[in-house]
Amino acid sequence: MTDGTGAETPFIELDGVRKVFQVRRKAGRLRRTKHEVRAVDGISFTVGRGEMVGYIGPNGAGKSTTVKMLTGILVPSAGRIRVAGIDPSRERTGLARRMGVVFGQRTTLWWDLPLRDSYELVRRMYRVPYDTYRKNLDRCVELLDLGPLLAAPVRQLSLGQRMRGDIAAALLHDPEVLYLDEPTIGLDVISKARVRDFLREVNASLDTTVLLTTHDLTDIEQLCRRVMVIDHGRLVYDGGLAGLHEVGESERTLVVDLAREMAPIEGVPGARTVKVEGPRQWLAFPASQSAAPVVAAVAERWPLVDLSVREPDIEDVIARMYTGRAE
Amino acid sequence: MAESFGRAALVRHGVRAYLLIVAMWVRSTLTYRASFVIMAVGNAAGSGLEFVTILLMFSHIDTLGGFGLPEVALLCGSSATALGLADLLLGNVERLGSRVRDGTLDILLVRPAPVYVQVAADRFALRRVGRLAQAMVVLGWALTRVQVDWTPGRVVLVAAMLLSGAAIFGAIFTLGAAFQFWAQDAAQVQNSFTYGGNAMLQYPPSVFAKDLVRGATFVVPLAFVNWLPALRLMGRDDPLGLPGWVDFMGPVVAAVMCGGAALAWRAGLRGYRSTGS
Repeated sequence: MTDGTGAETPFIELDGVRKVFQVRRKAGRLRRTKHEVRAVDGISFTVGRGEMVGYIGPNGAGKSTTVKMLTGILVPSAGRIRVAGIDPSRERTGLARRMGVVFGQRTTLWWDLPLRDSYELVRRMYRVPYDTYRKNLDRCVELLDLGPLLAAPVRQLSLGQRMRGDIAAALLHDPEVLYLDEPTIGLDVISKARVRDFLREVNASLDTTVLLTTHDLTDIEQLCRRVMVIDHGRLVYDGGLAGLHEVGESERTLVVDLAREMAPIEGVPGARTVKVEGPRQWLAFPASQSAAPVVAAVAERWPLVDLSVREPDIEDVIARMYTGRAE
Repeated sequence: MAESFGRAALVRHGVRAYLLIVAMWVRSTLTYRASFVIMAVGNAAGSGLEFVTILLMFSHIDTLGGFGLPEVALLCGSSATALGLADLLLGNVERLGSRVRDGTLDILLVRPAPVYVQVAADRFALRRVGRLAQAMVVLGWALTRVQVDWTPGRVVLVAAMLLSGAAIFGAIFTLGAAFQFWAQDAAQVQNSFTYGGNAMLQYPPSVFAKDLVRGATFVVPLAFVNWLPALRLMGRDDPLGLPGWVDFMGPVVAAVMCGGAALAWRAGLRGYRSTGS
């Protein structure tokens, strides 16, 4: 289950971490019943220094709760967490200087003040040496194209501009680890691309450890060699993106164009016809199986004109993974 | 974290963070200059009207519960100054509930500064200077008119009264905020003790029922904000006939209240961090 955890001394370490919430629910006009919700139910993993890891899962799977425990906001109900050798919940403010956090839907910038003022506050509050601050700000301004925005009040920025501004704010104090919660949510294609390029650059050149939660699998495909999937508070997958296909029992699709409109193709071993549209037919077969025998079987008995093979859609794979567990 | 820094350094660190955040809010406020001026003047006028009510009353009567106008003005000014100071410096802790509700408290928790400091400085409302200034004018006028033989000891008594009064109100604000970790809509409960308490303390204790005065002494010790020390200053007995030394207990009461508020805050924050919102 754990390829990709290369480093010998892990930077982030979770061991059997649990978080249980007591939830009161209405059970009548005045009566409330208490019951337990296991937001995180025994998670263990390690992340090496300089790794960039994607952390995905459906809503309510426990992603945010995990990030909140890693940042020291929430105290785990059980288990052990170490970030840079520190227990986040006990030394929250000490660790705060060494980490950057971006909550995609909540800005840390000052609404009515120029963007630059928010950065000045970070410099003073984190006591960043002026040279370091200058160097980091210059890099962020260049790579995130913030130059024209520095003098503008934050309330005038677009969502994408504000997100870039927030990411820069989280990096001015040279954090060793960066937590990004939905960093590309609601952004347009160009903003997304710019944010991803920037994160890749930061991770590569500064050796910053990055953990990002996202719904956008393109983020993961483009940024992370390793992905962790969490569902119902448990880690259901930890490894390379490619390995997800095997675990998720995903299917590839063979699209064939026949000489004329025909009845659905039948009797090809391992494959089944899922769609027919005029002379074109779609056949699904397991991703682990080679396409060659399927193609050969079709070509042997049907008037084949053209064909193409489609790789499984990673979103479908993960969606199937979630539903598979829910049943 | 406290051990490695030392307590003094921690306090210095907290005050510095407070001032940094306050400066940001002041500058944010001043981007809407006209609105700020209107609010500050409105604030002063609003609290000034309370004193005008008392002036109007004294245009028909000479004494209220045995107290003359300068004496009542002293009660008004001292209570309003103490409340104004507390309200200006940390009145916005009462916004904690909305921060818990919308989840933005988490942003404060990942910064390298004490959460209490950040919440106290949150949306620092410079306009409240208006109310404080108005209260201090009334207090200043009253201090020049009341019949007091001024000695160094009495000057210290006035200073201690104002500071402990502000601390007592501040503690109530904080207790109310701590309670909001559990009940996010409870801001009005503490307001009834702070703003409501101020409305009561403007009048001499002799006009109220003894049970109310007892409650304000032993249950929610608002009497120590100004009643007891001011009565001592003016050489009058308190309606409950308490021993004389009780009049000087303001700072002790304030310290106990602040200690209690600090414990409640910690418990609230610990609860939040173990249960979420």
